[in-house]
Amino acid sequence: MSRIASIPTGAETALASQFGAAKADLPGNAAVKSLRDSAFDVFARSGLPNRRIEAWHYTDLRGSMAEAFPLAPAPDAAAIEAVRRELAAEGAPLGPRLIVLDGTFIAELSSPLPAGAQVRALASVLAEDNPALIDKLAAAGFGGGDAIVALNAALMQDGVVIEIAAGADIAEPIEIVYATAVKTPVARFFRSLVVVGQGAKVRVAERSLGAGGRTGQTIGCLIFDVADNAEVGHSVAVTKTELGSLRLDTFIANLGANVTFDSFALIHGEGLVRRQIFMRLSGDDTKAALRGVSLLSGRDHADTTLDVEHVGRGCEGRETFRYVLDERATGVFQGRIRVAKGAQKTDGKMMSRALLLSDDVVMNNKPELEIFADDVACGHGATCGGLDANQLFYLQARGLPRAEAEALLLEAFAAELAGEIEHEGLADAFRADIAEWLVTRGQRG
Amino acid sequence: MLEIKNLTVSIGDRKILDGLNLTVQDGEVAAIMGPNGTGKSTLSYVIAGKPGYTVDGGEVLLDGENILGLGPDERAGKGVFLAFQYPVEIPGVATMTFLKAALNAQRRQRGEEELTTPDFMKKVREASKLLEIKDEILRRALNVGFSGGEKKRMDILQMALLEPNTAILDETDSGLDIDAIRIVSEGVNKLRTAKRSFLLITHYQRLLDYIVPDTVHVMARGKIVRTGGKDLALELEKNGYRDFAATPEAA
Repeated sequence: MSRIASIPTGAETALASQFGAAKADLPGNAAVKSLRDSAFDVFARSGLPNRRIEAWHYTDLRGSMAEAFPLAPAPDAAAIEAVRRELAAEGAPLGPRLIVLDGTFIAELSSPLPAGAQVRALASVLAEDNPALIDKLAAAGFGGGDAIVALNAALMQDGVVIEIAAGADIAEPIEIVYATAVKTPVARFFRSLVVVGQGAKVRVAERSLGAGGRTGQTIGCLIFDVADNAEVGHSVAVTKTELGSLRLDTFIANLGANVTFDSFALIHGEGLVRRQIFMRLSGDDTKAALRGVSLLSGRDHADTTLDVEHVGRGCEGRETFRYVLDERATGVFQGRIRVAKGAQKTDGKMMSRALLLSDDVVMNNKPELEIFADDVACGHGATCGGLDANQLFYLQARGLPRAEAEALLLEAFAAELAGEIEHEGLADAFRADIAEWLVTRGQRG
Repeated sequence: MLEIKNLTVSIGDRKILDGLNLTVQDGEVAAIMGPNGTGKSTLSYVIAGKPGYTVDGGEVLLDGENILGLGPDERAGKGVFLAFQYPVEIPGVATMTFLKAALNAQRRQRGEEELTTPDFMKKVREASKLLEIKDEILRRALNVGFSGGEKKRMDILQMALLEPNTAILDETDSGLDIDAIRIVSEGVNKLRTAKRSFLLITHYQRLLDYIVPDTVHVMARGKIVRTGGKDLALELEKNGYRDFAATPEAA
């Protein structure tokens, strides 16, 4: 079958000329420059993903990304000062904060990391002759030629490279905080890497400061490379994205043996959001849990697409995602679990549950299992429905007005997964965020 | 005082209640007995305001006010309480959060001040002692993982906290062992006052050994077919319901 050639869209043409103009200045040695070139070729061959690409069937980027914004400029002193003031106005941080300002890591705004952890700017790592780290950053075996992963690799401006030494126990979560100081629409491409040594313990939390990660076009990629026996937690708040914004997050995790790994994402906002997760359980006896909550109203569109690959034996995978959809929102959940031939005794469970609060919402659920081993226990489920009428009546019969009863049930549904985060401060912050969204919904409706 | 006048109710095309008349005076404990499928649970749901039933005619008067046009929450605020045959499990909602929300929602509706946390805690402690409910149960999500007896006791605990003027107990004894029936009944007996009316819906006479009613009504074919004192329950226990054949449609 020959590929139907399509005329490049305005956005695709703009991306090509941006890459041409910027590539000489983008960080990296000769090896990195050649990686960027081949990554851009991958992108250019397929163009922006559209509904004919199966993994993007429900999020047609070619149709919805009308233009490609210019690359964010490197932050100047005034931008850094502005963010310094924003940070000062925040409460006490949960732990060390790493500030990524319009795609660029700003060391002078960031906290030092505790013993056993170190952070460097991606740009400086790309300039070093460090093939081992570059390999991890390239994550060649992940993403299956996805055009957006390739575009991010071609245009990555900066990001953070965090290394956790073997055996280190980092008590407080390391926050990666996205900030912005640009008022015009720009695109930010960043890529970050967290390398966790054997037996180390760490938790990384991504969030926004002000409009950071919530405006313009944000094309990010975060890679976890986790050695044996490590305990790793991750969370991300993709919240309050602004109307017309585009947020494309790629999350890659490569897990060794006997690792404990969990990740939680909260998504809400008016922009178009796509989170794509590529996780490989490479070693034996690893336990990994991916969880997410999307709260959607208006014409919000949020897509979570994941590809979990079981390679090691005896691993446990839990993928649990919940959606609350109201008004004319669209939710997408695509989950694929692949079990390689040798991955015997795999225990995999994937579940997506959606609460539909209006007749005009759309929920696209596509769970898939591909199993090549013969001794596994894998299952998936997907439900869509309204609030439980018996639960509503029970609460109302005790005196709660309908809106309050609904809010209590919605909060229970959404906040339950946040409660699984094994860090009280983070769990509380997510619960508060969910409660705030529900209050806003209640006031609208 | 609860007065039900000529109440006719259907679900879809099926008539469940057919011109039912019943009065429960202040302080009276009235028992409704009857064979399965005569509309006993429907009656309790219609009084409490559950959606899904069509009222074709009649009135439910609470102290003279017809409550049929009110939402379930408004009826609760006016003092109607339904102890469910099957209390509903609500995962993710902490029992204490729910209790406080319910109590304060009713107080707000009546224009009363919300309870302070210490006052609320004191009330819960007193009520849970009365009903032998352990703290550990109060720390769980509402009714989740509770045994049948624990669920019923939790419902009666809510009754103790909410202090209704009209309490309907729908098959409160079903699924309970003798010890659980004793605890629940003692709880109910302690809540009897000169002002509070009770409507006990039960299939068996057994519960009425523990909660002794003032009046007993036999319900069949969607209406009250006989009314008597507490001895009527004993008579039914002996003779069964064969004199009051049920209609084929069930509720």
